[in-house]
Amino acid sequence: MRIFSRQTILLQCGLVILLTLGLAQISCAHVEGGQAAGFLTGLQHPWSGFDHILAMIAVGLWGAQLGSPALWMLPIAFPMMMAVGAMMGLVGIPVPGVEIGIALSSILLGTMILAEVRPKLAIAIGLVGFFAIFHGHAHGTELPDGQSGLLYSMGFVIATGCLHGLGVLLGCAKSLPAGRLALRAAGTFIAAMGIFFLWSSLS
Amino acid sequence: MKTLSDTIELPAGLLAGLVTLFCLPSLASAHLVTTGLGPVYDGIGHLVMTPEDLIPVLALALLAGLRGTLPGRRALFLLPLAWFAGGLVGVFTQGVPTIPVAPLSILILGLLVAADIKLSNWIFTAVVLVVGFAHGLFNGVALKEGPGILGLIGIMVTLFVLVALVSAFVVSLKQPSMRIVVRVAGSWVAAIGMLMFGWLISGQG
Repeated sequence: MRIFSRQTILLQCGLVILLTLGLAQISCAHVEGGQAAGFLTGLQHPWSGFDHILAMIAVGLWGAQLGSPALWMLPIAFPMMMAVGAMMGLVGIPVPGVEIGIALSSILLGTMILAEVRPKLAIAIGLVGFFAIFHGHAHGTELPDGQSGLLYSMGFVIATGCLHGLGVLLGCAKSLPAGRLALRAAGTFIAAMGIFFLWSSLS
Repeated sequence: MKTLSDTIELPAGLLAGLVTLFCLPSLASAHLVTTGLGPVYDGIGHLVMTPEDLIPVLALALLAGLRGTLPGRRALFLLPLAWFAGGLVGVFTQGVPTIPVAPLSILILGLLVAADIKLSNWIFTAVVLVVGFAHGLFNGVALKEGPGILGLIGIMVTLFVLVALVSAFVVSLKQPSMRIVVRVAGSWVAAIGMLMFGWLISGQG
């Protein structure tokens, strides 16, 4: 049996290791693409702007303040009209003053919560639906290349619904001793932020 | 100190190393994506992994549940049968017209669930048959080159299970607020359908 020197064995092992390391492998060095990415992009999109987040939470808060059936009808109306706004954007129908409309939505919804305004259900739905068009037009159309439109839409709608749900959950605080006051304070904050958004969009 | 014998043995070691490297198993990627479990499971996987088919099925099951026990039973049996019939036509037909079946069915079924419209049993049955046949037709075309008719059987089984679970759950909901939650889900489906139409018209997605 032949006995190799230690130096020879080390050299051979080193060469084999070098060759192994030199083998090309799949790098996985880029952001994920395809179907799943479309869903994730849509899911994170409504969270990308504070103006959108506040408006969608405000819808849930106001719904909770008004109670049933507005509690359910407002979160139904918003995503549907938002989809209409997005569709208008996709087919090229312009909506003037989108950013102003988004800022006004925060101001008006915040004011409604602050003043505990209780309009008729149809008026509340109409108000929420009207402003949802601006939100959909601004953010529903930004599909990155190569991603699935269906899954982007699913993520976008689900994230919007979750924000409404968060608003409704926060709105349940109205049954606590200081809950009503806290809700009105939240409305003040949303309206104040809306004024800031309006100032930013006009300047 | 290096000897002559050491330098002679070096290529043999390299050769052994290279042979080892070439023998390492690697991904083949030589076939279409399948579950690897056979055509029936491929059909199951196709339905579960295709939101264009899955969302209408879930929406239809929600609608059946909202309408009650009898429509639920009709959907349970008629949807898989209509789907299979459409699938057979798709498998044996050349050239199926391009119709936006998924956006249409998602939008219409979503609106029906959201509005909780009281459809008569016959109209509901017609909706089930049309949706099942149309989606089955395009499934048949898609599965023609792969799992074929056995794949359609897998889809039928999955449809039966999905409709049974979802519609039975909705039928069991007695509180009005829970039924409204189902309608909220329907509004989300309708919103997705509207957005799909937007993508379709704009040529994206």
